[in-house]
Amino acid sequence: MVTGKGGTGKTTVAAALALALADDGTNVLLVEVEGRQGLAQLFDVPPLPYQERKIAVAPAGGDVYALAVDAEAALLEYLDMYYHLGRAGKALDRFGVVDFVTTIAPGLRDVLLTGKVYEATRRRVRGEFVYDAVVLDAPPTGRIGRFLNVNQEVAGLAKVGPVRTQADSIMKLLRSRQTAVHLVTLLEEMPVQETLDAVEQLQALDLTIGSVVVNMVRRSPLDDDDLALAAKEKLPIAEIAKGLAAAGIGDGRTTAGTLATEARDHAIRVGLERENRQRIDALGKPVHELGLVPDGIDVGAVFDLSEELAEARSDR
Amino acid sequence: MSPALDVDALIADPQTRIVVTCGAGGVGKTTTAAAIALRAAEQGRQVVVLTIDPARRLAQALGLTELDNTPREVAEVEATNGGRLDAMMLDMKRTFDDVVLTQASPEKAQQILQNPFYIALSSSFAGTQEYMAMEKLGQLHAQAVKDGSWDLIVVDTPPSRSALDFLDAPERLASLLEGRFLKLLLAPARGPLRLMSAGFNVVTNAMTKVLGAQVLKDVQTFASAFETLFGGFRERSEQTVSLLRQPHTAFLVVASPQNDALREASYFSERLRTEQMPLAGVVLNRVTTSAVPLSAERSLAAAEQLTDSDEWPLTAALLGLHAERMQQVTGDRKRSDRFRRGHRAVPTVEVPALADDVHDLDGLRQIGDLLAG
Repeated sequence: MVTGKGGTGKTTVAAALALALADDGTNVLLVEVEGRQGLAQLFDVPPLPYQERKIAVAPAGGDVYALAVDAEAALLEYLDMYYHLGRAGKALDRFGVVDFVTTIAPGLRDVLLTGKVYEATRRRVRGEFVYDAVVLDAPPTGRIGRFLNVNQEVAGLAKVGPVRTQADSIMKLLRSRQTAVHLVTLLEEMPVQETLDAVEQLQALDLTIGSVVVNMVRRSPLDDDDLALAAKEKLPIAEIAKGLAAAGIGDGRTTAGTLATEARDHAIRVGLERENRQRIDALGKPVHELGLVPDGIDVGAVFDLSEELAEARSDR
Repeated sequence: MSPALDVDALIADPQTRIVVTCGAGGVGKTTTAAAIALRAAEQGRQVVVLTIDPARRLAQALGLTELDNTPREVAEVEATNGGRLDAMMLDMKRTFDDVVLTQASPEKAQQILQNPFYIALSSSFAGTQEYMAMEKLGQLHAQAVKDGSWDLIVVDTPPSRSALDFLDAPERLASLLEGRFLKLLLAPARGPLRLMSAGFNVVTNAMTKVLGAQVLKDVQTFASAFETLFGGFRERSEQTVSLLRQPHTAFLVVASPQNDALREASYFSERLRTEQMPLAGVVLNRVTTSAVPLSAERSLAAAEQLTDSDEWPLTAALLGLHAERMQQVTGDRKRSDRFRRGHRAVPTVEVPALADDVHDLDGLRQIGDLLAG
């Protein structure tokens, strides 16, 4: 499971993770549930239907399949699979029940979405698991606790019966060692706060936190001493100006002063990032850093990020 | 190129009664709303700002320590011009409960409030926050009209997946509640609907089989309890929408100079025009700027030269830092310009990125100054 605040790059990280997990000879399924077609955009392919499709061959040689789960289609599939309700399923749709139920029946939507993931993880062909790993681009941190608390969610809806049984099985898988939730964050106030809140919630639900992925990390070209001086506006302007003169940049002093001001802004930001990093470290969970991709994310960048994650994986 | 957005003229105009900030998530909508509200208050207006999900430090700056769904006066607002600022955070469930309590008889209200379908609807339905933000805006406006508490309402919109959600959510909710399914549940054996009841029995049987009989009963209770409210809901959301079409409303679309955010801002500007809603302009927020007239290329070349000479490591590092900054400056400028060329009639204002997050009223004042250009 990969979650994170909107804008932190959770879909990108989920895709990179799927690629990193796809060793030679294995199959990995990458699932999205929010109807955003984020995976299609990322891999630059037409919108994904409710159908598993091979979307990439990983650097290590495994195959990555992608699936965009749609709650309404999942409900009809579920009814057909378990109850053989072909005709009734269509009637449900015609009477607007599918829309109604997947929209406001408490928790049902999430049971259907996680249920599809559950089904994919357990699917076998000739005794072999079809997928070696399933990566879910899950809802954002603000909703992840509720989304994964499948049991509690359907409690108000169904105390007994097949939906309840289904929810129990899903919950068991989610709480097992086979499932881990990874949280993607930036070193900014809001994403970090949401990450901390989500970790607390997920732990209270007995779910396993895998790691925190700190995304879009930038290295500072300044060392700590210079950062400290820059923050206090005490960088040696005369010396900087001499350096500028040596590089043939005239008007050294004014430029040196302005460069020092830019360095102060930078030092303030680095300071905030470090505070945020400490808050993440205090969780005591594994932390992986992914570098900022300066020119925007494309398929190539996803592969690069997947290699960073694959290294982190082999280090562990 | 697009004209300049004059924020001071907008808030000084007594005709401006509602300002709505909208845009993609994470672009600084809430901060912009708060900065505009504070600036208007300090220029003499009676302002209330409705925030949706402020960062903790910003909430503290506004004195919003608890989510109590009531506007409270913000202390330390410069009141020499006779203005004041009230601020509140939206409590979506409470707002929904209040609607039920005021619309239904006490007995029926209790029935609704305890129904599992209502609880799910009011706490986790994907459009409820948007719907309730609009509901609260309607309430604040009604109060302003009635007792003159405020002459300007500034509203932030929820951090939706799509900036358009708050316009669509009320309609979606209303059509759901007025849907065929609920109508059928309420009158399965009456009138022309009886003809369909054979098919409908298949449906109810299927639901009972999968979900259990209790669920169907809950749905029926929910449906019958809500029936009396349907009209009210529809009417209320239509009223709010018409409020937003009045010339006294001003929409400000906020976008950071990133492709995704600008794409949302484009959609939104066009949608507002289609909906005949008054777009005051677009705030291009957190634009990277630099006062050093040295391009990224030149800066990098100089940094390399110094690194090779091994003599001026600090200057080399600062030039490297500046080169990074200039790459961002160039990118931001390119994307902002592209947006302005594509929306020549839409007024825009650029707000430079600050080093630190806003966490006090002075920070908001600074943003206000930048917004005013």
